[in-house]
Amino acid sequence: MKDNIMLIHHRDNVAVALRKLAAGEKAAAKGVDEINVLEEIPASHKIALRNISAGEEIIKYGETIAVCTRDIKIGEWVHTHNLESKRWKK
Amino acid sequence: MKEITGYERKDGRFGIRNHVLVVPTVSCVNGVINRISREVPEAVCVTHAHGCGRGGLRDLKILFRVLSGLVHNPNVGGVVLIGLGCEVSSTKALYPLIKDAGKPVDIFNVQEDGGSMQTSEKGAAAARRMLAEIRTQQRMPLSWDKLLVSMECGGSDAMSGVTANVAMGAVSDWLVEKGATVMFGENTEMIGTSHILARRAKNEQVAGEINQMIDRAEKLTRDTMGDLASLVISPGNMDGGMSTIAEKSLGCIFKGGTTTINQVVGYGEMPTEKGLVLQDGPGYDGDSMAGLAASGSQIMFFSTGRGTPAGFPALPVVKVASNSRIYEAMKDDMDVNAGSLIEGKPLAALRIEMIDLMIRVINGEETKAEANKMDVFTFMTVNPPM
Repeated sequence: MKDNIMLIHHRDNVAVALRKLAAGEKAAAKGVDEINVLEEIPASHKIALRNISAGEEIIKYGETIAVCTRDIKIGEWVHTHNLESKRWKK
Repeated sequence: MKEITGYERKDGRFGIRNHVLVVPTVSCVNGVINRISREVPEAVCVTHAHGCGRGGLRDLKILFRVLSGLVHNPNVGGVVLIGLGCEVSSTKALYPLIKDAGKPVDIFNVQEDGGSMQTSEKGAAAARRMLAEIRTQQRMPLSWDKLLVSMECGGSDAMSGVTANVAMGAVSDWLVEKGATVMFGENTEMIGTSHILARRAKNEQVAGEINQMIDRAEKLTRDTMGDLASLVISPGNMDGGMSTIAEKSLGCIFKGGTTTINQVVGYGEMPTEKGLVLQDGPGYDGDSMAGLAASGSQIMFFSTGRGTPAGFPALPVVKVASNSRIYEAMKDDMDVNAGSLIEGKPLAALRIEMIDLMIRVINGEETKAEANKMDVFTFMTVNPPM
């Protein structure tokens, strides 16, 4: 199967969708076990590579980019609705 | 590994181009520069909007650092400097900074050299003479430690930080390993990553300088943008999948690779360390490029996702498209398609392709921006005009 997500750093718990992914598809990339896409994920947005609990850090580029605000299941869309910045509050 | 070559300068640096630069001290004489450029199209003629009419000395210092930095840039083999006579940034005031450039520098002032037409003639004659003179210089083998490569991103899209900047980061790491210096600026695009960059500093002093630089950038952003400060990460960024400022900034700083940060230099200042160096410069592409060039960069990689054609005078700028769509849509402007990573090309293969291209460009192959003469020259200012 052709890669449709990209893992940027081996520590990351999210990957980047290389095109729009639909619920029910499989997502695959080098260095990642195939996962079931649970909901639509827009191109270049993030998909959870494992279950992430509320309060856990979201890791991309091998670094913390945000904190998870509610439990995220593997294969779900990770974006502003389920994470918050650790620093930039309005 | 193919050999790289360049033009040796008296200060020991090497240019990978041998240009005659024609530059004004003040915007009042831009017309003279334009005339010279029509008469001597082989010369690199630049105009700018500054040189007078600003309060405070900071802008003057920046202007002088940029102008003297460009005069000293090793890609420049000779300089024709055009002044007016009554401006704050006079040729006389600039002279001490450029007298030891180790290359021909001819200076004319419109008020002393017979007005605009005669000054244009004199400047054009000087440029022609210099071009003839420097044409006899031969390329010499050049070692990688003589190279200062800059990394820039602009007109970014959501894939810039995933494809193009990651590929440029891989090239950065390769260059550092070879002994070269790699530099990037754009302090506004480091906001949110202080802890990450500071952790990579070679010592506590550099770590402190990184923290101070990014704190200042964040304060300036908040002070000048007020309630809009959060738009440094814009709705468009968020639509593209960026969730936080840290995520956006991480995509930006990735272009410098992963090595130890050895130095922080001011805007347009020349690094004294090898390896990875940060420049305390603004996020706006044009201003950032001028700072990186004034610091002595001989070549620049520039990632773009929305597609900007901008190049820089006397400096080959290698355009790296972050997605195949913009690469195809702006094929005449783009040198590399990092969107190929999305279609399955391994990063290692793209890195080899980019290194090969870089070597060809160093040795004289024109980048698209060079061939198209898409030079942009603007630089940072801190005070409003008065």
